Amino acid sequence: MMLNQIADYAGAFVDIDLLSEWGYRLLRGLWITAEVVVLSCTIGFLLAYPIAKARMSRYVLLSAPAVGYVTFFRGTPLLCQLYLAYYGAGEMRPFLTQVDLWWFFRDAFYCCIFAFSLNTAAYQSEIMRGAIMSVPKGQLEAAHALGLSRYATARHIVWPQAMLVALRPFGNELIGMIKASALAAIVTLLDLMGETRFVFARTFDFAIYVYCAIIYLAMTQAISRIWNRLERGLSRHLLAGQPAALVLSPAGRKGQAGALDPVSAGH
Amino acid sequence: MGWFGLLFGPNGWAPLLLKGTVITVLLSVTTIPFGFGGGLLLAVLKLSRNRTVRILCDAYTTFFRGIPDLLSLFIVYFGLQSLLNMLANWLGDAWRIEMNAFIAGVIALSVVVAAYSSEVWVASLKAVPAGQFDAAKSLGLHARQTFFHVVLPQLMRVALPGLGNIWTILVKDTSLISTLAVMDLLRAASEASRATTRPLVFYGAAAAIYLIFSIFSGIGQTYLERRANQGYA
Repeated sequence: MMLNQIADYAGAFVDIDLLSEWGYRLLRGLWITAEVVVLSCTIGFLLAYPIAKARMSRYVLLSAPAVGYVTFFRGTPLLCQLYLAYYGAGEMRPFLTQVDLWWFFRDAFYCCIFAFSLNTAAYQSEIMRGAIMSVPKGQLEAAHALGLSRYATARHIVWPQAMLVALRPFGNELIGMIKASALAAIVTLLDLMGETRFVFARTFDFAIYVYCAIIYLAMTQAISRIWNRLERGLSRHLLAGQPAALVLSPAGRKGQAGALDPVSAGH
Repeated sequence: MGWFGLLFGPNGWAPLLLKGTVITVLLSVTTIPFGFGGGLLLAVLKLSRNRTVRILCDAYTTFFRGIPDLLSLFIVYFGLQSLLNMLANWLGDAWRIEMNAFIAGVIALSVVVAAYSSEVWVASLKAVPAGQFDAAKSLGLHARQTFFHVVLPQLMRVALPGLGNIWTILVKDTSLISTLAVMDLLRAASEASRATTRPLVFYGAAAAIYLIFSIFSGIGQTYLERRANQGYA
């Protein structure tokens, strides 16, 4: 009785039947999306540091390829990169079989991880580079004057300051990756977007896209809030009682102070 | 066949890719007035005194900035389609309109770009000092003169970097329209690679064209920003 009434009220906003029949697919897709995003961002993070270092190098042989890499991955659509990896691997099948890598590129899941990781590595390396360069030169000179080794300078002087500057752009990048991961659906991966398309093809019920949007929105908003807390906690020492964004964002940086900017990643 | 022959040979695919490139450029350029204009309108509404208007506009922005661009395009595209169907059922079959995929693509992209750019516009509107409005008023300028001759030039200076950022996103986002049956650059590359089974060549060519386009966009942005900053040094 009671339950029926609740269901009736809820039914005005949510199509219970649609969700009870197909909801499990959305959840399954959500898990795939989470896997893709977490794996790509982690691998991308690991790749980004050497790329950033190479790009800042004095030697053209190191910096030129890094510049080319970053320009390519930021200047072309992610979908095009994904197609290159996914369909391009098919063309290189004989070679890939020979070097025993075909099992990897045969799978849409691994292909997505591959393309997304390389893509986010380019964006993350630029974030790292910007953050490292934001540390004032005087800090390095002071460290040098104190006789700190290169490692100690990096570990105790540069990184703590750079990471705080990089925190917000990294959050934007994570949100950008969640949004970009929807492209995986186009190469047949059944992530959240893929499952939604599958259900839509079966039911022709437009509402499923709205539910999908709500799930994505919940994810990006959650990250946004977590990041605001994180940033506030980590920058407490800089200015008590001030929002971190005011301390951290130098004037003229893109994105408004106080909220994460999911657009600035720009895949 | 070598990649050169595939592209520029007698039965080469370069003309198709070129057509696709034109469509991609047209999609981007057509979206700009609606997307940036809509964003400016949203920004003005967000600064309005009416609380309901503010909340609605913020909700719009939060929604379209928080979900994948691909999903936004699908929602607008399929939403438009069912809206047109509903309209036709209501008004009778004579009113049934076939949706043009290009126009639908422009609308969908504009919806996204409006949401993205409204934040840039808000930030730059806030950067124009209130004294400028007062001064314009005391000079007897009316609202349109105030906007176009006093506010806009100062606005553009602050807004250009952000808008340039969104422009590059827009150019890349047009590739998503290829999933909606518009023969843009990426879809042309798909067609060619399906027919020849040489995806590396054609997606590589498409990537090169996008890259050239984005490099030129960057040059254009630097030029525009320098122009807008004249007199500020």
